[in-house]
Amino acid sequence: MPNAHLKVWRGDTGGAYVDYDVEYEEGMVVLDVVHRLQATQAGDLAVRWNCKAGKCGSCSAEINGKPVLQCMTRMETFIPGETITVAPLKTFPLIRDLVTDVSWNYRVAETMPELKLSAPDADGHRRMAQIDIDREQEFRKCIECYICQDVCHVIRDHPENMEKFAGPRFFVQLANVSMHPLDQNPAKATVSHGFGLDYCNITKCCTDVCPEGIHITDNAIIPLKERRVDEYYDPVKALVRKVFGGGDKK
Amino acid sequence: MAQATEVQQRYGKTQRTDRWWLEPVALGAGFLIFVIYSTVSGFNVGNWHYEAGPYLSPFFEPLINPSWTPEWFSPAIFILWAPLGFRATCYYYRRMYYRSFFMSPMACAVSEPAKYYTGESKFPFILMNSHRFFLYVALLFIPVLWYGAAKSFWMPGEGLGIGVGSIILVANAFLLMMFTIGCNSLRHIVGGGLNCFSCTNFTRTRRKMWDLVTVANERHKAWAWASLVSVGVSDLYIRLVANGAITDINTWTTF
Ligand code: SF4
Ligand code: SF4
Ligand code: FES
Ligand code: FES
Repeated sequence: MPNAHLKVWRGDTGGAYVDYDVEYEEGMVVLDVVHRLQATQAGDLAVRWNCKAGKCGSCSAEINGKPVLQCMTRMETFIPGETITVAPLKTFPLIRDLVTDVSWNYRVAETMPELKLSAPDADGHRRMAQIDIDREQEFRKCIECYICQDVCHVIRDHPENMEKFAGPRFFVQLANVSMHPLDQNPAKATVSHGFGLDYCNITKCCTDVCPEGIHITDNAIIPLKERRVDEYYDPVKALVRKVFGGGDKK
Repeated sequence: MAQATEVQQRYGKTQRTDRWWLEPVALGAGFLIFVIYSTVSGFNVGNWHYEAGPYLSPFFEPLINPSWTPEWFSPAIFILWAPLGFRATCYYYRRMYYRSFFMSPMACAVSEPAKYYTGESKFPFILMNSHRFFLYVALLFIPVLWYGAAKSFWMPGEGLGIGVGSIILVANAFLLMMFTIGCNSLRHIVGGGLNCFSCTNFTRTRRKMWDLVTVANERHKAWAWASLVSVGVSDLYIRLVANGAITDINTWTTF
């Protein structure tokens, strides 16, 4: 069995990287190797995981500097003998080892507008056409791994922006509400200044790392930015609204 | 509990082991070459010819050359502000130059040098919101460029024919059209801004247009580079022919 050279962050912020050699077999993912490390050499290693199938979003970490899911990173992707650095998410406060406190995300989630559904049809049912909803199905694939939040330089390099910036995962959620065919929120509730959309400079790192392959920038952020332009920066649209009225939900 | 910044500094600038700098450096260099070339050519430094037989450099299409402009004035100045503004505010080009030139960030999970960051919320970057207005102008340029391409098959005095220059100008018009059609603002305007596609026949049609724009939009980066190269190559080729450096292969006898 080959050996993997791991460099794993140990301890809290006063901690350090510790080198380990761990045996692994073909077909393993990094999370398997971390589990073997835990079972054989480092019984107190803290690591969060749940499904080992890329669906629970718990095992996010930074492997060789890239934010990824440990359970979806195959050992074959490394050159044999290469040192594999396993670090916790760096944007969020560290608790211990590979576990960070991601509760900032939960607080942001509470500020998100809820769907306000329009009144049901006469028979008591609500109806949506497939062509109105299919654009949003991609957004529901989000597993809340917060890898996109971690990689986003707006907060990664400038934590002071956490006050006013919701982050890519929540722009996906905002787009989901904003584009919903039955939603009755006024446009301002979903594209308003409050969420820091204008801090995003569409450099697309969130899209690059999303394990669910959600086109966060092209399908959520840019459409929201364009909706913001409609609301705030388009004098032609504003004039049309003044003259003909309406314009909130189309 | 620890703050993110402390963790950040402790961990250093990046732990990435791949060649993350390659793409921003290569794209930035390519873009810089184009900017320098198009500035020199656009201001018509050296007063070289930009018209050869039936061909007119796309930098000058449509040719506006009134008599009141001073000697040094290049007619391309009437044209180039539009594609310049369009590309400078394009969502793809923003990604590229924020990474390559502003290092904001240079690559994902690589720390950036700037102390403060306000993104596109403040001047000057808030001006990016004007992109759709440049789009409107760029849309007008599509027929103009096709007109220039069509004209390149008609040699005054001789009539219909074809040359290498005509093929280049057709390819250029096509690539610029595809770049413009894939624009994210256009995607919003044709249908992306709607929440109900199924409501009327008109909105159903707009959904179809949205689908079409989406196809071009998915390759927006590729169209952006292909059209940037093609417009530069068209100008260079026509100038080389016009100034006698090379001969255009064509079916005409007088040119
Ligand atoms: S595209 Fe915007 S939201 Fe996504 S990582 Fe970049 S700055 Fe953050
Ligand atoms: S959008 Fe993608 S990267 Fe972000 S939390 Fe959801 S699944 Fe994870
Ligand atoms: S363990 Fe569930 S996503 Fe990795
Ligand atoms: S987004 Fe690139 S041209 Fe509009």
